[in-house]
Amino acid sequence: MALIELQDVRRSFTVRARTGRFSRTKREVRAVDGLSFTVEAGECVGYIGPNGAGKSTTIKMLTGILVPSSGRLRVAGVDPARERVTLARRIGVVFGQRTTLWWDLPLRDSFELARRIYRIPDRRYRENLDRCVELLDLGALLDTPVRQLSLGQRMRGDLAAALLHDPQVLYLDEPTIGLDVVSKGKVREFLREVNRDRGTTVLLTTHDLTDIEQLCDRVMVIDHGRVVYDGGLDGLHATGRSERTLVVDLAEARAPIDVAGARVVKVEGPRQWLAFPAPQSAAPIVAAVAERYPLVDLSVREPAIEDVIARMYAEVAIG
Amino acid sequence: MAEQLLAHRGEPLAARTAWAVRSWWLCARMWMRSMMAYRASFALNLLASLATHSLDFVVLVIMFRHTDRLGGWNLPEIAFLYATATFSLGVANMLVGSVDGLGVRIVNGSLDTMLIRPAPALSQLCAERFSLRRLGRPLQAVAVLAWSLAALDVHWTWDRVLLVPVLLVCGSVIFGAIYVGGATVQFWWGESKEIQNSFTYGGATLLHYPPTIFAKELVAGVVFGVPLAFVNWLPALHILGRPDPLGLPVAFQYASPVAAALCVAAAGLAWRAGLRAYRGTGS
Amino acid sequence: MLNAVPAGARPPDPTAAPAASPRPDAAAALGLYAAVAHGAFRRYSTYRAATLAGTFTNTVFGIILASSFLALWQARPGLGGYDQSQAVTYIWVSQALLVTVAVWGGGFQDDVQDRFRSGDIAVDLYRPVDFQGWWLATDLGRAAFQLLVRGTGPMLVGALVFRTRLPENPLTWAFFLLSVLLAVVVSFGLRFLVSITGFWLHDSEGVRSVMLVVSMFFSGMLLPIALFPGLLGDLAPVLPWAALVKVPTDVFLERASGSGLLGALGFQLAWAAALLAAGRGAQWLATRRVVVQGG
Repeated sequence: MALIELQDVRRSFTVRARTGRFSRTKREVRAVDGLSFTVEAGECVGYIGPNGAGKSTTIKMLTGILVPSSGRLRVAGVDPARERVTLARRIGVVFGQRTTLWWDLPLRDSFELARRIYRIPDRRYRENLDRCVELLDLGALLDTPVRQLSLGQRMRGDLAAALLHDPQVLYLDEPTIGLDVVSKGKVREFLREVNRDRGTTVLLTTHDLTDIEQLCDRVMVIDHGRVVYDGGLDGLHATGRSERTLVVDLAEARAPIDVAGARVVKVEGPRQWLAFPAPQSAAPIVAAVAERYPLVDLSVREPAIEDVIARMYAEVAIG
Repeated sequence: MAEQLLAHRGEPLAARTAWAVRSWWLCARMWMRSMMAYRASFALNLLASLATHSLDFVVLVIMFRHTDRLGGWNLPEIAFLYATATFSLGVANMLVGSVDGLGVRIVNGSLDTMLIRPAPALSQLCAERFSLRRLGRPLQAVAVLAWSLAALDVHWTWDRVLLVPVLLVCGSVIFGAIYVGGATVQFWWGESKEIQNSFTYGGATLLHYPPTIFAKELVAGVVFGVPLAFVNWLPALHILGRPDPLGLPVAFQYASPVAAALCVAAAGLAWRAGLRAYRGTGS
Repeated sequence: MLNAVPAGARPPDPTAAPAASPRPDAAAALGLYAAVAHGAFRRYSTYRAATLAGTFTNTVFGIILASSFLALWQARPGLGGYDQSQAVTYIWVSQALLVTVAVWGGGFQDDVQDRFRSGDIAVDLYRPVDFQGWWLATDLGRAAFQLLVRGTGPMLVGALVFRTRLPENPLTWAFFLLSVLLAVVVSFGLRFLVSITGFWLHDSEGVRSVMLVVSMFFSGMLLPIALFPGLLGDLAPVLPWAALVKVPTDVFLERASGSGLLGALGFQLAWAAALLAAGRGAQWLATRRVVVQGG
């Protein structure tokens, strides 16, 4: 069953800019420009794109905060724009940069408020709280005022607060931003657990691609309000935009190597870096280099996901 | 549009209202406990708030050291106006006054956090920073009201007696509606908060004085425009047995509940329109 | 309520401007403070909508209070030595001063409070620019803008709707401006002392609200000090708050002339100097305290 469904969703804003002392001009900006995708129940999807690509506009439409200008949108069986409150009971939202916890009160009180606002039945609340406390290691923090928690502890608290009412969908906006490595690890482990064991559908926006690599089977890249890639992580490499690197150590420093099918991207003394398309075999290039240059050593480096995506953004920007 | 307000998503209005009030209470209670985290500051603030609000009355008392009558009204009568206006404003301010932070919440994004909870955003907004220190104003008003009622030279008929609590309730409701309606403007014009102040704080200051000292156009404006006159002026004319400077029908002096109901309906519709605009054209 | 800082107001970033080398040259220092004041003026001038809304509020309060004064002076002509048009003018001038002189508090106080909240305040004490001087310059820039806009707007409406009294002697305008300048400095001195308690108190909000009460009352903002009875009437004119509204309105209404005028301005000057000195002392203590606590 598709839990999230978008059909040609558009959303534009009117921006008023002051052009002179008294004159203003109106300009229409299309933040989301014909988005169509579906997310099945139980999926964990990474939703990435450069700043201003339309990510947060999408999330705001999916949570019912914003109404689309046109197109069809369904989340957990309801139209978010029309039934925001009904939807609110079926989704959980965590903003990495904004806590929903009560600053001056013990963590426990924020959970208690969620219980009442979401009208969670007592037994379910107790079970969910116990599970979150155990998995997120919150036991010792329950009676600590939120303002005394570290960023990582607070994020764990926010995650628990967003899951107490058993949402079908969990939206995460930069859940690991600013966290140290250990905290990041804990958050990811928990999210994996929530997604795999509870079957909660997760939609995650992030700038930290390790989040995606460790959590998501599917990644959507959005830019200028459109989906520019939708598929598995491996597929990203196969898009042709990804490059592998051949690192060669020559016997002596030389001018940049000139061989067909590869280009030198860096030279450092006798060591040179050659980039070539990822799907292509390295063998012919190695052979060509070995034939003409005094080779000491060589190695092939796989493309980093960051680079792939950075290249993708750059291409969209140019194209 | 009124129909839409009454029949929203099939849920009966009564149930929706009950849930809105309950949501307000849930959030307000949290804020109250939050504020208690700074106890010393709390006490000092409550005292300061009591003192600040008493000063307005002290000024009236000093005025009356120089004169027996202001616009033809004596001190107990003016104290009655002062107390009823201050009480109404104070109660409204305590219960829904925080709604004026709307513009800031739009800018810093916390309105969005409220919109993703299954409770009315208006309830959450009104409960924001709820604190008992805001009791200062109504408490002080109650003290002045008690003195005024004892000092007034009024023949208390049953309808006059009944009109006092009706006045206090309707006055609070009218000010509450002005808070909400005024804050709604911030959906379109984020920095309009001060304009709202002229209707709430300015309105209460206006109502401290008898209508006889103001230009007739101004008095007519607060009867037929922003219906501040229904907070205390019109019912007070009846309670104190004073002639109406505008010569309106006597029915106006009993009409505060009607005015209050209209204000609530107008504020409710404005809020819905504002929220719709925000979700449709917001950032 | 009347001093609400426009939403989204940012404290000026002190790291930005003082890139100018801290030459011990007096002229250079003066130039720097002038630039700071100018920056504050420009910053406030960008809050157009908020300024408009605030001017509207000042006007509404002006109309209400002027009406009440008119009623009082109808009952008691010549009360406190003011005739009817002087009493009404008193209201409009005091409304013009309310935000300019920050009788209500605010102005640089909100910025300082933000810096306390963010913890940047400790760093501020060690900048090459003097802490007190910096904030005084910003406050003067702010006051200049608000006198220009929030001062003249309501005054114009007041003059149109009520019978007001403008100075007869053109020189009075100059003395009035000087008196407003001194009023702003006295007000700054008071507010600086309140803000600096933040180094000792967890939350200076409470002190600030007490100060607001005292200031509104003893400045003569709510009622001319001349009407205060008994001991209150003897005490109020010598307290620093009298420098905020009473003296400038006296100058504007030409209630003081010759030596009386000089005395009134001298009174403001004395309080300004005393409060700035006290602020300097408090700043020294605060710096020492920050050193002891290690920032």
